[in-house]
Amino acid sequence: MNRKKKWYDYLWLVSLTYLILGFFNILFAWLGLFCFFIPLLIAIINGNKAYCNKYCGRGQLFALIGGRFGLSSKKDIPKWLKSKTFRYGFLIFFLTMFCLMLWNTYLVFAGNNDLNMIVTLLWTFKLPWHWVYHGMLFSAGVAQFAFGFYSVMLTSTVLGLLTMILFKPRSWCVYCPMGTMTQLICQAKNRNTTQEN
Amino acid sequence: MIRKKAVVSINECVACGCCLKVCPRNAISIPAGIHSVIKHELCVGCGKCVKECPASVISLEVIEE
Ligand code: SF4
Ligand code: SF4
Ligand code: SF4
Repeated sequence: MNRKKKWYDYLWLVSLTYLILGFFNILFAWLGLFCFFIPLLIAIINGNKAYCNKYCGRGQLFALIGGRFGLSSKKDIPKWLKSKTFRYGFLIFFLTMFCLMLWNTYLVFAGNNDLNMIVTLLWTFKLPWHWVYHGMLFSAGVAQFAFGFYSVMLTSTVLGLLTMILFKPRSWCVYCPMGTMTQLICQAKNRNTTQEN
Repeated sequence: MIRKKAVVSINECVACGCCLKVCPRNAISIPAGIHSVIKHELCVGCGKCVKECPASVISLEVIEE
């Protein structure tokens, strides 16, 4: 770590703040869309994983907690977890659950369903999370998306922390859907140039 | 002369970039977002990247020069 610290080495602060804000006002969850679109745009436009390699605050957070604070056992990740089958399977599962979340949001937007003020952890556990919603000017669908999106972010953080403890600090990066997706985009985009390496 | 150098299993690499952040010699890059590439002329075989790689796909191998 002789490299001089750059501004982007502190983006873990942003990730941490994001997670904390979700405990106060759910609408902040919308900001999470940045860490959805920025990596994709970088991969599509520049054909690289600069987001993962430099900017991702979540990866930095795991490196910090697991590495610096020593909360990681630093064991090797099991083979199946890094297999392409699991990584692609998890990506598909993740995207499916994401679409379901969007559908639920749509139902609230359309007025078919009432706003459900819960955060769903690990796609299973429904946590009451009503204190973060203070009523508002927009449609209830706007809040529903925020609850849904925050659920996704919190779930991935919990999974990431779990594998951080069990294996190496940034184990989440091995099966992170964003990481897998951006790698796939780069593969498609740079298909002709990779043979040279 | 016999030296150890870091070697990546490129098919298993997830291109996360954890390795390049710890390399003291800046020997690692991920040019196309698919897998990391290690410049052997820069690598001193310290093994930091091997420890860091969350997928454990880097190993130190003896390279005869
Ligand atoms: S793999 Fe996921 S968590 Fe890791 S650096 Fe990339 S986007 Fe961030
Ligand atoms: S840390 Fe491992 S998986 Fe990540 S880019 Fe380096 S070699 Fe690939
Ligand atoms: S063994 Fe050390 S010098 Fe060689 S690539 Fe890994 S971190 Fe860099």
